[in-house]
Formats: sequence, C-alpha cells, structure tokens
Amino acid sequence: MSKATTVLLCGVGGQGTILAADLLAHTALESGYDVKVSEIHGMSQRGGAVTTVVRFGKDGVDSMVCDEGCADCVVSFETTEALRNLPFLRVGGYLLVADETIQPLPVLMGKATMPENPYEELAAAQATIIPAGEIAADLGSPKSVNVVLLGALASQLDFDLATWEKTITRRVPPKTIEKNLAAFREGYAHAQR
Amino acid sequence: MELLSGNEAIAQGAWEAGAHIGVAYPGTPSTETLEVFAKKDGVYAEWAVNEKVAVEVGVGASAAGARVLTTMKHVGVNVAADPLFTAAYTGVGGGLVVLAADDPGMYSSQNEQDSHWYARAAAIPMLDPANSQEAHDFTRDAFSISEEFDVPVFIRSTVRVSHTKTPVETGVRQEVALKGYESNPAKWVMMPAFAKPRRKVQLERMEALRRWVETCPYNQVTMRDTKIGVICAGAVYEHVEEALPDASVFKLGVTWPLPQDALRTFAQNVDAVYVIEEASEYLTESVKACGIAVSDFTHALPRDGELTPGLIRAAFGLTEPAHLDAPQNIPPRPPALCAGCPHRLVFKELSRLKAIVTGDIGCYTLGALPPLQAMDTCVDMGASVSMSHGFELALSQTEHRPVVAVIGDSTFAHSGLSSLISTVYNNGSGTICVLDNRTTAMTGRQGNPFNGQTLQGRPTRELNIEAIVSALGVEDVSVIDPNDAKAVRKALKEATTSPALSVLIFKSPCVLIDRIRKPAYVVTDACTSCGVCSTLGCPAISKRPETAQALIDPYQCIGCGQCPQYCAFGAIVSCEEGGLNE
Repeated sequence: MSKATTVLLCGVGGQGTILAADLLAHTALESGYDVKVSEIHGMSQRGGAVTTVVRFGKDGVDSMVCDEGCADCVVSFETTEALRNLPFLRVGGYLLVADETIQPLPVLMGKATMPENPYEELAAAQATIIPAGEIAADLGSPKSVNVVLLGALASQLDFDLATWEKTITRRVPPKTIEKNLAAFREGYAHAQR
Repeated sequence: MELLSGNEAIAQGAWEAGAHIGVAYPGTPSTETLEVFAKKDGVYAEWAVNEKVAVEVGVGASAAGARVLTTMKHVGVNVAADPLFTAAYTGVGGGLVVLAADDPGMYSSQNEQDSHWYARAAAIPMLDPANSQEAHDFTRDAFSISEEFDVPVFIRSTVRVSHTKTPVETGVRQEVALKGYESNPAKWVMMPAFAKPRRKVQLERMEALRRWVETCPYNQVTMRDTKIGVICAGAVYEHVEEALPDASVFKLGVTWPLPQDALRTFAQNVDAVYVIEEASEYLTESVKACGIAVSDFTHALPRDGELTPGLIRAAFGLTEPAHLDAPQNIPPRPPALCAGCPHRLVFKELSRLKAIVTGDIGCYTLGALPPLQAMDTCVDMGASVSMSHGFELALSQTEHRPVVAVIGDSTFAHSGLSSLISTVYNNGSGTICVLDNRTTAMTGRQGNPFNGQTLQGRPTRELNIEAIVSALGVEDVSVIDPNDAKAVRKALKEATTSPALSVLIFKSPCVLIDRIRKPAYVVTDACTSCGVCSTLGCPAISKRPETAQALIDPYQCIGCGQCPQYCAFGAIVSCEEGGLNE
C-alpha cells in the first residue's frame, strides 16, 4: 500500500470543503510533496453530500480515491456526514468534526430521521469535535468555518505553520487574508488544547 | 509546478500546442476545459448549441487550417458521432483534438458508456491520460499526431482525470501559423465517388497508426514480479499501482489502436495477464483479440461503476484494512432544487395535475425526486419533447392523463427545438414547458442562445424563444412567471385541457446567477402544522420538533415568496412584516 497520507474532507454542498482541500493541497505541494485532489462536481453539488479526497506523499501518490479503512484523517464539516463517512477512517486515524448538524431534505420532509445519538457514536469513534462555527462567528467571520477546521487539522500534520500561512495568504481573496489567518490560528490553537 | 485539474491541463496543453479555436457544448465532467481555454491569450472559443454543431464547427475550422480543440462529455460524443465518423475519412487540415470525458459511476450522467468503443468504431486514435501531467502532454502532442496522420484525435478522460488536481510542469505556447485552405473536393466532399477512395486512405492510415503505436512512448511497460501482468489505462492505472505495487504493468497511453505486438511480448513475459478496466469490456475484448489469454480474477471485478484500489485488491483475494461501520440509521442526503429555484412550482403543479411528465437533462431532473416526484422519463437531451409526442401517439385512442414535456432553455436550444419542429410538422398535441432560467445551470451557468451570453463575453443576440416557437406555427404560446403559483396552475390547466399543441415558457432566472436575497420569510403561530409547505421540497423549510409547525431557516431562505402562496392560513409572512421566528 502507498505511503501517501490521505485526508478525506466531507460535508454538505456549499460548506467550503473545496477551498479547504485547495489550501491543504497547496501547502503539501509547497512543502515538496506530490499531491492529488479529487473532487466531484455536477449533480452532487445541489445540497447533496460531498466529499473531497486529498492525498500527499514524499514518494509520490498513485490513486486519487480513498477506500474504506484508508483515510488517515477524516475532516467532516457536519456531524451526520461524519457518521456516514466513518468507514473510510483507518483504525487509529484522526476524525475531526465541526459541531454543526444540517438536516437533509428527507428528514425535513419527515420521511427519514436523524441518528438518535450522533455524539455518542462520534465519541465511540474517538472524534475530536470542534465548535468551528462558534469560533468563526466569535472572530467575526462566520464564513471561515472551513479554515478553522483546517487549522485544527494542521495540528495533526507535519507542515510548517509558516508554509500554511503563506499558502493561505496567496490563495484566499486579498480582503479576507487577515480573517482567514485568524481563523486558521484559532482552529490550530483549539486543537492543541 | 502548478496544481491543475485534468481539464485545466488539457486546456493548457491545447494552448501550448498553438490551438487557435475551441468549441464545445458544456457537460460534466468536461465543462471547465473550454472555460479555461477561453481565458487564455490569443485564442477564440465559443459554446455551440450542441456537440454535433461543435464538432462540425471544429471540422470546418480545421479544414480551413486552424488547430482546434473541441470538448464534450461521453454522451455528447453520441450527438457528435455523425460528423466524427466521417471526419475520420476526410481527415484534417489543422490538428483537430476532441475531448471525450467519461463518467463511470454516473456522478452526473444518465449512463456510463465507454468512449473507447467510438475510437475503435470510427478509427479515431485515442489517448488516455492517467493524471494531469499526462493530460497536458498528450493533448499538446495530439495536435501534431492529428496533422501527421491526417485524422482527428480523441483525448479520453474520466471524472477522476478531469476533476483530480495533480502537479503539472507547464510550458510555453508554440505559435502555429494558420495553414490556410485550398479547395480539395476529393478530400472534403464525402459523396460516394470521393468517399470510397477516402475509405481506402482511412484503411492505410489505420495500418500506419498500428505501426506507430507499437513504439509510441505513451505506452509504458513496468516489469516487476512476473506472476501478475496487468494491462490497464487512464485513472485505473493509478489504482492498479496503489493496489498491486509488485505487479508488472502495461500502461496503455494509446487505447486505440492497441500495440498488439508489444502487448503479446508483455504477455509472454508474465505468468498471467489480467485486464483491469472500469464499467466496460472494451480493453478485455481488444486484448483477447490480440490472441492473448486473459486470466480470470479470483473474485470477479464489478462490471459497473468506478474502480478503486480496494476493489482491485479484493478481485485478487487480498484483504482489506479494518474499519468502523457507519451507523445503520444515517438519513440519505440527495441533492435538491435550491431554495428559491424557479422550477419548483412548475413541478409542484404538475404533481397536483397528475400529469405524465417527460423530463430532460438539467437541474430540473431533480423534479423527479420526492416530494415533487413529477417526472416520468428522462433519457437524453431533447427527448422530453419528442417522447411526449410518442406518448401522445400511443395514448391517443385512450382516456389518458395529460402528457407534459419539461425542458430547460439550454437543452431546448441543444436539441429540443428540432424535436418540436417534428411535433409541429406531424400535427402533434400535448403541452411543452420550457423552463427558461436564463442559463445552463447544472454545469455551472454557461451561456446559451437564449440568454445571449457568449463564452468570451462578446456581444451577441439574445434569441427569443416565444418568437421562434410562434414562427414554427405553434398557436398557443405563452410566457408565465414560474414564481406565481396561480398563474402556473392556470396555464397548465388550460394547456392540458386544450386539444392543441401548447408551449408554455416559464421565464425566471436561476437563483445562482445574481444570488439576490430578499428578506426571509417566517412562520407565525397561525401555522396549523398541516405540512403543505413542506411538500414543495424547499431545503429551507423544516418542522419544529415540538409542534410539527413549519420552520424556515433564515440563512437558507432567499425570500422568493413561493411557499406563502401555498399556506391556506396566511402563516408564512415576510420577516419585514413582523413574524415570530426566533
């Protein structure tokens, strides 16, 4: 099996998984790694469940997809999606979940129900749950939830903080650089606690 | 190094090859290729109304001496097949490269056909990149191959090539002079007298391509342990490298024609040959046709859907890593029409009408899903209009529910218009709804003839659907605001009870174009928990767990005003009017 590191980001269409994946991938590239980012566009983006896979490694990356039991990190932007994607996490992998729950349409319609004890299930999977929405709102930038999560993920990866910050500075819209850097640092600090 | 998607890399490769012109119809997973190409210096690019037209524009420009890139999704190749098969007789002037982007796994498509069959059937060479660097290099070189062999060249990608970003070493643009055009009817006028000799030219070219491919550097053999020898191509190669790092691998960069001698040599040097491919038997059959004995897997590979390294390992009986299971009770999260989508009420009213709805390809295909569930068929671009005519013909002697076709503006331009001409010509009846949301929404809001936007922002005409339909001789044509429930209901009722052919144009822009938000709506205590508003399937509407009263998410609601029209109790009001939502 490949020595590459696999991060699976999941959530609901529109939550910003693609920007988070982009920042992670460019940080890996900047750090001298081979990297692959696989996204799904089209029909699946209209409020459906989305996943993006980022794989990086010093000795090259082969496949761009993630099989069950193969993700070193699963970063979920939503609790139900974290549970849906549990099978992808390898044994002993890092499960990071934003404390946010979005009911899917079948639940809104009363045709399906939400998991009864999502937090117990997540605890059993040793998830790190982070109030990313609250942290982002406290910083005055509620849209930077994705970068708060990225900061928390960064605490588990080997890239230099300077490289992360350089990537963020280069790749987010100029007006949002400071807010995104603050969100990243706060996410990082939170995960260290 | 730049991190580029396969599509971005194909655009870059074409640009570096000096391609002058790009033409396409959008379709996932191919769409961004031409959008990226269009932004580059020194090129002309346009959206055509469909893939057949795109390829014909491309063949014309190539005949006149330009290097041309044309792109489409796999099902678009069906539409373009007519000119492609004959362009494989005429050959080219300037290099002509055609991207066929396949969708194994059907993330965004109605089937998972394999474009390799087209390469073989039409005798058009096909290059199969596995990653963005190859997508870049193969596309760049494909223009010279096209000119050298006087034939269009296919680049074949899949979702995992087109939409995977990998590092690419890019180059600079090679400026290529236009070749110019000299009349040559024997090459370009494919009437029988000229087509017969061109067919012979094609057969000679096939032999030349077969000789070329035997030593083509895009095919790569990696000899490792000789117990297992794998033949594969494209993104599947990356999965094979991951799954079977010790196996010997013949990676095909050219998937038509195949290097038969090289494959036979490979087969002789390994104990057993396995062919690994996705959702197709093309490669397996083609390798067997070389006289190579292909081994069976320990456990059969799936015949449908995408492959992964895990599925390949399982086929060889290798164990999979342990993992947790997802809890049993995870609710599904299907995609849905957006909050405020102008298509919603048309489907709500079609559902009330219990119509037989022939649907079409676009966001509005989501009208088939609960709770709207107002679609009976969806087959291919334009089929809504022609299939509704077929329904009417077959049901004409019986009492039947009203038959209604539903088609978007871009799909109507793509091929619905020719279907409508046929219905009019044959005195057809029924109701045709054109959902004119002013854009090609599902693929990411591209221009089309009815919104008057062009790919590179050149000013143009905006074609008038109403005037065109009237000019065809349809007498009952009306334009309706699809956000007005009563107007939608009235128009559908009148059209479906009239014996004449009716065309209803529901005109309102996609909410993703300008992202205009009006004050959100809120639910007052007048709500009786009747649940009618939730039958609209709006992602902003849910129920309060305690009282089952409706609840509107103020962040998702864009204030479209559709749901209040369905509340018999006046319980849904604009928050400006002072509702009670907390």
